[in-house]
Amino acid sequence: MVWRFDLETKRQYEVVFIVDPTVDDEVTKLTDNFKQIVVDQGGSVTKAETMGKRQLAYEILHKKEGTFVLMEIEGSGKEIAELERRMRVNDRVLRYLTVRVDEDRRRADKLKGRRAAKAAKRTAPAGQQRRGGGVEFAADSNGE
Amino acid sequence: MSTNYDDRPRGGGYDNDDDQDRRSMGGRGGGRRMHRRRVCRFCIDKVDLIDFKDVRLLLNYLPERGKILPRRISGNCATHQRMLAEAIKRARNIALLPYTTD
Repeated sequence: MVWRFDLETKRQYEVVFIVDPTVDDEVTKLTDNFKQIVVDQGGSVTKAETMGKRQLAYEILHKKEGTFVLMEIEGSGKEIAELERRMRVNDRVLRYLTVRVDEDRRRADKLKGRRAAKAAKRTAPAGQQRRGGGVEFAADSNGE
Repeated sequence: MSTNYDDRPRGGGYDNDDDQDRRSMGGRGGGRRMHRRRVCRFCIDKVDLIDFKDVRLLLNYLPERGKILPRRISGNCATHQRMLAEAIKRARNIALLPYTTD
């Protein structure tokens, strides 16, 4: 099998990191710092938001709370390497997690498109309301 | 958060006739409680992505002990169970969910 990597499409990443809440006032500064690093490496930050201070599910370095920050980054992957290196070195970052999301999102879009096409096909021919009730029910159970 | 298997809220879709009715199995495991095979909640809701940051959702599949609720109980389909497990593991890594409780 021949693997073809498309280097054209940018990769998308979600980076979540936990900042020590005792230095809460510096979270924005730290985030800006990280943003700068990404930009310097040729990536772009599409989203950066603080998810707020919340309880950690388990203690990390004897800390029970942390400020969670979410960043969405687009780029080649080089900036992720640099960013992770910086976060590893930084004492205020308790933990970080990087997830590549573009592939899953593309897959989700594809499925959504396929479903839409199917729905259009179903309604088009006779307009019969097959399994109409089931669909309604699904909408009900959504409200959780 | 209800974590006991039996107390778990019955999700949507148990009135659907699509799913197999396992109550007619009879015989083996007679004394055991008969769980009606539930239909995958994620399929009903047409979920394509399970976000690891969605703690509220993930907690539904994490009983008291903190283990991932098996598919035979939740009724999830294989695809969604895989996505769910992945999401839970990610959430654990970033301390949104516990690895173990007590």
